[in-house]
Amino acid sequence: MNVPTSYIIALSGVLFSLGILGVLIRRNTIVIFMSIELMLNSANLAFIAFARMMAPAAEALRGQVIVFFIIAVAAAEVAVGLALIVAIFRNKETVNIDEVNSLQG
Amino acid sequence: MTTDLALFLGIAAISILTAVSMLLSRDTIYSALFLVLNFLAVATLYLLLNAAFIAMVQVTVYAGAIMVLFLFVIMLLGTSHDTLGGPYRWQLPVAIILGLGLITELAVTLMARGESISNNAASVSEAFGSPASVGKLLFSEYLVPFEVTSVLLLVAMVGAVILTRRGKQEGL
Repeated sequence: MNVPTSYIIALSGVLFSLGILGVLIRRNTIVIFMSIELMLNSANLAFIAFARMMAPAAEALRGQVIVFFIIAVAAAEVAVGLALIVAIFRNKETVNIDEVNSLQG
Repeated sequence: MTTDLALFLGIAAISILTAVSMLLSRDTIYSALFLVLNFLAVATLYLLLNAAFIAMVQVTVYAGAIMVLFLFVIMLLGTSHDTLGGPYRWQLPVAIILGLGLITELAVTLMARGESISNNAASVSEAFGSPASVGKLLFSEYLVPFEVTSVLLLVAMVGAVILTRRGKQEGL
């Protein structure tokens, strides 16, 4: 695909900003968590775009290897994060982040 | 407008629309399904950017495993219709202003420095980004991080089991 890399970086930036907006405006813990996944995904898109830009060089493939590791870490993060959400729900019977404020001083 | 550009704009529009729909859906299930669509659109983009292996990993791990886990938890906890914005009235406008500010900042940076990353015309061989080439790199140069990743996944699995188990102690 012959599209300037800056266009793809722009798309990545818009998706990242939408993820941040999701974390800021939504109250449901699960949706906030999904917004974090959206941000991770937009970072992956930037990695892939730069790997394509550097393509003829042998080192360019390392960008794709990094994306592989990010996906693995994201999978681990989702497993632990959702377990935390389930544990909080058992204790407090809510997924609304405003009601999870036991640590507030 | 070239075919490539039209293709890119179409996929970009789909991914942005699904991301916005994810943010605005009142029902958590709809949010999760829109996120699956977003991941699939981005996977198509990976495929067009000569990253075949990563595109397949994206579909199986992200759109497959991770989102199934999300849907499973949503079904377990029940869907809730929540409102946008927090307990404070200023929270929603301030969040939107901050988001727009971030987008503006990114746009200004791209306008100023975008020239240096505009070239994408170099042709690559079909082997670039194939499972064989990525795998060769993973099992030679990145062998230690790869093995550490397996330990990380094991730790995450044990952690998830311990966090959700109903032990003798009440609470967590």
